[in-house]
Amino acid sequence: MKRPSRRNAGALALVLPLFFFIALFFIWPLVTMMSQAVSDTAVLHILPQTASVMTNWDRKSPPTPEMKAAIAADLKAATDTQAVGDMVRRLNSAQSGFRTLMAKTISAVQSSETPPDLAAVDPRWEKPVFWLAISDALSPTTDRNLLAALDLSRDASGKIVALPADASANRVIMLRTFLIAAMVTLACAAIGFPYAMLVATMDGWKRNLLLAAVLLPLWTSLLVRTAAWFILLQEKGLINDALQALHLTSGPVPLIFNRAGVVIAMTHVLLPFMVLPVYSVLVSIPKNLMPAAASLGANPVRAFLRVLLPLSFRGLASGALLVFMSAIGYYITPALIGGPSDQMISSVIAFYATGSANWGMAGALGLILLVVTIALYAVYGRLSAEDTRRA
Amino acid sequence: MTDIRIRFDGISKWYGSLCVVDNLDLDIAKGQFVSLLGPSGSGKTTLLMMLAGFEAPTKGKVLVDGEPVNHLPTYRRDMGVVFQSYALFPHMSVGENIAFPLQMRGIGKAEIGERVARALDMVQLSAMRDRRPSQLSGGQQQRVALARALVFEPRVVLMDEPLGALDKQLREQMQLDIRALHNRLGLTIVFVTHDQSEALTMSDRIAVLNKGKIEQIGTPREIYDEPRTRFVAEFIGETNLAEGTVESVTGAQARIALKRGGHVIAGLSEAVAPGQDVLLSIRPERIELKDGAAAIENSIAARVADCVYQGDHLRVQLDGSAHDFVVRLDRKSREWQPGTEVVAEFKPADCRVIAP
Repeated sequence: MKRPSRRNAGALALVLPLFFFIALFFIWPLVTMMSQAVSDTAVLHILPQTASVMTNWDRKSPPTPEMKAAIAADLKAATDTQAVGDMVRRLNSAQSGFRTLMAKTISAVQSSETPPDLAAVDPRWEKPVFWLAISDALSPTTDRNLLAALDLSRDASGKIVALPADASANRVIMLRTFLIAAMVTLACAAIGFPYAMLVATMDGWKRNLLLAAVLLPLWTSLLVRTAAWFILLQEKGLINDALQALHLTSGPVPLIFNRAGVVIAMTHVLLPFMVLPVYSVLVSIPKNLMPAAASLGANPVRAFLRVLLPLSFRGLASGALLVFMSAIGYYITPALIGGPSDQMISSVIAFYATGSANWGMAGALGLILLVVTIALYAVYGRLSAEDTRRA
Repeated sequence: MTDIRIRFDGISKWYGSLCVVDNLDLDIAKGQFVSLLGPSGSGKTTLLMMLAGFEAPTKGKVLVDGEPVNHLPTYRRDMGVVFQSYALFPHMSVGENIAFPLQMRGIGKAEIGERVARALDMVQLSAMRDRRPSQLSGGQQQRVALARALVFEPRVVLMDEPLGALDKQLREQMQLDIRALHNRLGLTIVFVTHDQSEALTMSDRIAVLNKGKIEQIGTPREIYDEPRTRFVAEFIGETNLAEGTVESVTGAQARIALKRGGHVIAGLSEAVAPGQDVLLSIRPERIELKDGAAAIENSIAARVADCVYQGDHLRVQLDGSAHDFVVRLDRKSREWQPGTEVVAEFKPADCRVIAP
């Protein structure tokens, strides 16, 4: 009993670095990013006394003197201007007018020794609407970002409503992401399936050559490949020059900064993920089934539809899911080759994260992307698990 | 042979510089069970593949019912093929497999159901209709493949060593089953095999192939009793060969001087001339052993080298003075002690002259 357990401990020690690496550079950032989406502590951080007093408030009656005293004390105690700024931004996004109200109140509180009468500083402190906004913002967690990511929000009564069409475009971009991913998946299937069939019928060096040709993109940097497509697709690029030299078109065909270019480049990059699973299924299909179908009277098309396609469906489904899952997370290719209306969800995440420092929204969109990917992965896992059970 | 169903007319098949089938002619009559028998590489499977349309002949014509089919694709040739590894569709049930050729022919649903049921009944697998092929034993899969190849009543049924993967007992049962089906349904069957006993058991006619050519074609009895070439004599069953020279010819018989001494009278399948070197073939079971004087024309004095009891027969090995002949005796015969002086006797009709 002792020796196996020692051996287990040894094996465990060997994978420990890997475990730490994954925990530190994958799981921890992931959890942090995701928690950004739902955490909302900017207001609670500045107004701790107000928070404890407001638990007794019934959300309808006018503000009590204790609440006003507590908020005045909190604001006087607040010294970190950046944190105060965060709080004001957070409150203002829930109820407009907070920016001026807070600026006025903070200067009044800071300048006088004794707590001033807030109603005298600004009459708006008597309105329950502003206190409601504070009350809502005091909870340490929020679904605001997640709802906003789906173009939803809560109205004054707490019900979930759709944002006006012009307020946000997340849903449009998400739909566009799925649409582009679906187009790329279809293109990969249309090119990859016949290609895999061709590879499966070859043997020896021809098969290796064909497989290497499709695997080559995997061994080159994504940025390099995208840049290469940039050169090929542009208006004075190789493809347009060739088309015009052959007099197939009179002017340049717009291939870059539009949807077509994005789909072409992404299809090229993702093709191996379609070819490999389909190929591996195809080579496992007995060679004599297609001759058998022909001898039984099936013409090539019907033999393909009735025999080869059903038998290779698992490979096709696995490949399609792999391509789709990878495609919905694409960033560099649409950013470089696409136009403004071809930007995918990753670009929006990048904008929130690096462009406007809104980590909450970036996290929320990332969380949605992650959930979709995990759901698809579960389907993929089930498909490949059934595959091994069959074999 | 009035009603010729299949005719190979000067067929050759080359793979690069390798000749697999060499200018071959063969007629197969309607309703006949013909075996293509030969060792691997003799071109028998290639011949079948050309008939099915999986391969195209390099030269020559394949005719079915008088029509050339060289350019007819497989799916229009109306031939049922039974493959060595069955080639059942793994994603379809037994019933769906058998219905497949009927669906391809656009037959109505009700009729398909009926014909599938009849085909399953024919191979005694009615209870297995909804099973997947992978749930069946090898013999059952073979019978499904057979039902699938027969259900659409094809002009010809082609079988490519269909029993090769079965164990001996099952194989022998299936041989008789297929034979019975052939007799009952009047099918034209082309059967490829390398197993000579299988060919003898099942066929109306056997074509023995070697190196892309037909060595001999005939009924099992003709092939076995009157082999024309050394290859056929040795490939079908066991035989004793002896070299000799023709001394004289009288009608269908010839007197042969054996190289190792002695004379025999042998039956002729082909004309020979005196002075010609020939080979003699005598089947082991056609030889009798006697001690003492010779009773009939053909007798060779010999000494017993070994005698082995093999259950249903006795196998006696003679020594060099009698060309190392092997003799197969009835199990009730007496045992011969090694070293015994004997006389080996056989009738002229059982001693065939073949070209060397």
